[in-house]
Amino acid sequence: MLSRLVFVSGTHLFNLFLVQASRGLHTSSQCLAPMPPMPEHGGKVRHGIFPEELFQLLYPKTGVTECSNITFSLFYMLGTGLLVYLLSKEIYVINHETYAGLAMLSVIVYGVKKFGPQVAAYADQLNDEKLAKAQVVKDLTLNSMTESIENEKKEQWRTEGRSLLFDAKRNNVAMLLETNYRERLHMVTNEVKRRLDYHVALQNLKRRMEQEHMINWVEMSVVSTISPQPEKESITKCISDLKALAKTSQAKATV
Amino acid sequence: MAGKEVSIAAKALRDVKLGELGAWFGSRDMSPKGIISAICRGRDRYLNKYIYVKKGGIGGIAMILTGYVALSYVWEYDHIKHDRWRKYH
Repeated sequence: MLSRLVFVSGTHLFNLFLVQASRGLHTSSQCLAPMPPMPEHGGKVRHGIFPEELFQLLYPKTGVTECSNITFSLFYMLGTGLLVYLLSKEIYVINHETYAGLAMLSVIVYGVKKFGPQVAAYADQLNDEKLAKAQVVKDLTLNSMTESIENEKKEQWRTEGRSLLFDAKRNNVAMLLETNYRERLHMVTNEVKRRLDYHVALQNLKRRMEQEHMINWVEMSVVSTISPQPEKESITKCISDLKALAKTSQAKATV
Repeated sequence: MAGKEVSIAAKALRDVKLGELGAWFGSRDMSPKGIISAICRGRDRYLNKYIYVKKGGIGGIAMILTGYVALSYVWEYDHIKHDRWRKYH
């Protein structure tokens, strides 16, 4: 807006126009937040066209604070004098436009006086509706914000329980590791034992085989040296020996 | 109002004494930008005082229309002069 252009070099200070405005208007180039509320009523005007300040101009200087009976307000006098001057010097000319203007003016004044309050009430009602809608939105947003704040706090409270969860998980993991370790320990011992058993069995087998082989070999060599003839002789000798033995044992038994 | 001593440039027109008028005019920003900014300031002051209020009256618009009527009368005066009732005043 053009008004923003104004305050690029905003070093001028205006006296505060304190009749109705509660704050200086645009006294600095900074934006004062939050925005001040709109004033309730505008500047006063008399008869609809003369701002009240006009009538206050001379009062502080001349000390006249209210109209007295004798001097009906100074400015009414000044105004009347001005009007008479304009008419007499015909600076304001009375022609057909004057009558038209007077007619229009009277109609306008009548209309304003009669329908003014109604129009004002209608405009106020429109304004109030707008405000109510904005207020609803604002309330809704505020509510949702407070709700979300509460939810957030609850979530924060929930996260405090995280440590318990992690402890349980840590225990689980430790147990798994322990089980795994023990399983593998078992496996290792089993495997090692198996291998050692294998070697032991192998050794036993080897020894046994060596023994048997040696026995066979000796038997075979002995059998091969024994020929059939000496075999018969040895058999008869063995029989006679056995008989003798039997006799001696019989004799021992009877004794 | 008689308490603070501000420089001539910072005073508003209604506080400037008659003798200081020349100095005051000299210190105002008269460049086109300054003039436009002054116009805008005046417009904003008027609007904020009479129109941007919760319960505005007829005064805000009525003053503008009256000013328009008066100004148009002034511009048309040369033409209206011919409707005068007397020649010598």
